[in-house]
Amino acid sequence: MASVMTEADLRARISAFLAEHDPAAAAGGGDADRLAFLRARFDAGLAWVHFPAGLGGLGAGRSLQPVADDAFAEAGAPDNRPGRIGIGLGMAAPTILVHGTDAQRSRFLRPLWTGEEVWCQLFSEPGAGSDLAGLGTRARRDGDDWVLDGQKVWTSMAHVARWAILLARTDPDVPKHAGLSYFVLDMTAPGVEVRPLRQLTGEAEFNEVYLTGARIPDAHRLGDVGDGWKVAQTTLMNERVSIGGGAMPREGGMIGVLAAAWRDNPGVRTPGMHDTVMRLWVRAEAARLTGLRVRQQLAAGAPGPDGSAVKLSFATLSQQISAAELDLLGDEGLRRDSWAMGRPEEVDFTGRDAGYRYLRAKGNSIEGGTSEVLRNIIAERVLGLPAEPRVDTRVAWKDLPR
Amino acid sequence: MSDLVLVSSADEQDLRSGVRDMLAAECTGQSVLAFVSSGADAYDAKLWRTVATGMGLAALLVPEAQGGAGAQYRAAAVVAEELGRAVAPVPFLSSAVVATTALGSSASHELLGRLASGELTASLAVPYGLWSAPPLLSAQYGAVTGSVRGVADALGADVLLVPADDGLYAVESAAARRTRIPSLDETRPLCDLELSEAPARLVAPLAAVPRALRVAAVMVAAEQVGVASWCLDTTVAYLKERYQFGRPVGSFQALKHRLADLWVELTQARAVVAYAVADLAAGGDDASVAASLAKIVGSEVAVRAAEECVQMHGGIGFTWEHPAHLYLKRAKATSVAYGSPDRHRARLATLVDLPLEAS
Repeated sequence: MASVMTEADLRARISAFLAEHDPAAAAGGGDADRLAFLRARFDAGLAWVHFPAGLGGLGAGRSLQPVADDAFAEAGAPDNRPGRIGIGLGMAAPTILVHGTDAQRSRFLRPLWTGEEVWCQLFSEPGAGSDLAGLGTRARRDGDDWVLDGQKVWTSMAHVARWAILLARTDPDVPKHAGLSYFVLDMTAPGVEVRPLRQLTGEAEFNEVYLTGARIPDAHRLGDVGDGWKVAQTTLMNERVSIGGGAMPREGGMIGVLAAAWRDNPGVRTPGMHDTVMRLWVRAEAARLTGLRVRQQLAAGAPGPDGSAVKLSFATLSQQISAAELDLLGDEGLRRDSWAMGRPEEVDFTGRDAGYRYLRAKGNSIEGGTSEVLRNIIAERVLGLPAEPRVDTRVAWKDLPR
Repeated sequence: MSDLVLVSSADEQDLRSGVRDMLAAECTGQSVLAFVSSGADAYDAKLWRTVATGMGLAALLVPEAQGGAGAQYRAAAVVAEELGRAVAPVPFLSSAVVATTALGSSASHELLGRLASGELTASLAVPYGLWSAPPLLSAQYGAVTGSVRGVADALGADVLLVPADDGLYAVESAAARRTRIPSLDETRPLCDLELSEAPARLVAPLAAVPRALRVAAVMVAAEQVGVASWCLDTTVAYLKERYQFGRPVGSFQALKHRLADLWVELTQARAVVAYAVADLAAGGDDASVAASLAKIVGSEVAVRAAEECVQMHGGIGFTWEHPAHLYLKRAKATSVAYGSPDRHRARLATLVDLPLEAS
């Protein structure tokens, strides 16, 4: 199945598809036209071409995906607004593909890709951040259902999401990693309450989600009971690739903003600041080329721990660059556009004002695995260094101090 | 430029393991230590015969018309990296890369052909740290006069390529007075040159020198990736077996996090060097920016890796008997070579339109 499809084959299929489905009419029409076009694209296997046939793909190599995306963009076709459905595309879909049943794959993947159904991720809890496997949200079996009680936090898009991927504790009497199971939760079900969580930028990208007797049918469990930790690894590896892993040109992203600020403000230049700007420019270009190389490696296989390197350097750089920008701008950098509590559906790290960038970047080394946890992952999984002595892995979860 | 391939081909991987296996047998930490301790030779002649003649690696950048392999930059970078990994005391960088590139395709068949076969070695007679226009000696009536300080690998070279008034001249090294200097990196010793009406032959235009320095910056960066990867691998292995406080030292987060950061930096340096090499192989559209980037990133990771290697080995890392110091010295010396990171940042600022002074 792998990579029998050539680039020429793919282009021929796309041309045939575009001849039958007018991209301009779909883009210019209403939501129904747009959706019809996206559904047809999915059904033709031209959505994510490395997925299997019948699930929006053609079983082609991952490296052909940009060919499809570029061809549709050039034709002026409507896209699925990927910035709005990043969690679905980047995390839920690969997990459902690997661990889902046939029924789950055919139910969830098509509306996920077209953007009809938005997804969110219910992993972190107030008492389980870096120590995700210590989470306490309980799922108790009741007939054909599971009954959920607990609190989740840092959930972006929860207020508009139809579905959530959720990790819950199904057995508190075994050590923590062994007692977890992985579910798909209907966010419209009774007992699911979403509250905005205001962050230090002033807005609320994220939410808290309270689960009070919410029910999940057993048919919406992903993987076996007790295998939740294993299933979650697929999600987390893909998350680290999707944060900070996007392709961009030289001076794309945050460094472009700093470089423009340098060029536009000759009056504020100092030798010390110049050195800072040049050091950051080099590190940003090195990180960009690393992303390019990691994607070339990915084209050949699945995401590995290299994604952790990309995410770690992205976090460090975005913080250093945004801090340098405030230093460079001086007084002007202290003027914010607003402290109003918006609820943005798409986050633009380079958008808004310099103060926003500085503040938002503080989240980059916390969300999706703190930089400290990523360093442990690299040290242990890549370099093979021994783990710190652990006190929490052989004890029943219910007996751990908390 | 995103079409450039930044990952190794199967052929490149075969070449890498071939060179690494050969060096594991013929160039160990102890043999390099013995070479440095004796201080007698300019380079390891036996090892160089294997590299240059036995494996044919001196021919990689020599044009095919002159008996070489053509512009095999990707292969040359693999060799440079592996030689760096072994701190091999051979003139691959100075002769097979820098001098060969300076000669270009305009030189006589004869000289390039003999460099390709490894029969001769040549050295570009410029200070090791040179990053811009070379100091020029005077040329008159087919003879060159003047002095150059701190030239890499000139001590064992058969031919010196000397930048003089109106071009690059080839001089038989026996016609120059060469004074060996105790060098920070004795695996690539420096010497001072004195030429007094030395018979010389014009072989290339002076424009060949900056081009050779650009290629040098990229290839020395590949070498630095090799230096850094040995330091990281060796340190990781040591921290797994060294016990203190009843546990492997490598289980302490204070050390693990530093090594994780080093691995990230090395991963980035590999990507930057791969880009610079791929750009050279594709014709060098972005050669100036890529060479400066590679030299900055390569220098920083090599020095940091070698310094961490010494520190994390503790007492044994500070001894003469442990090879860590060979890597520290190679790392720091190559950081200065062909322009320090600071010089290249200054150059880059101009190249990418981020000048200090308002224009």
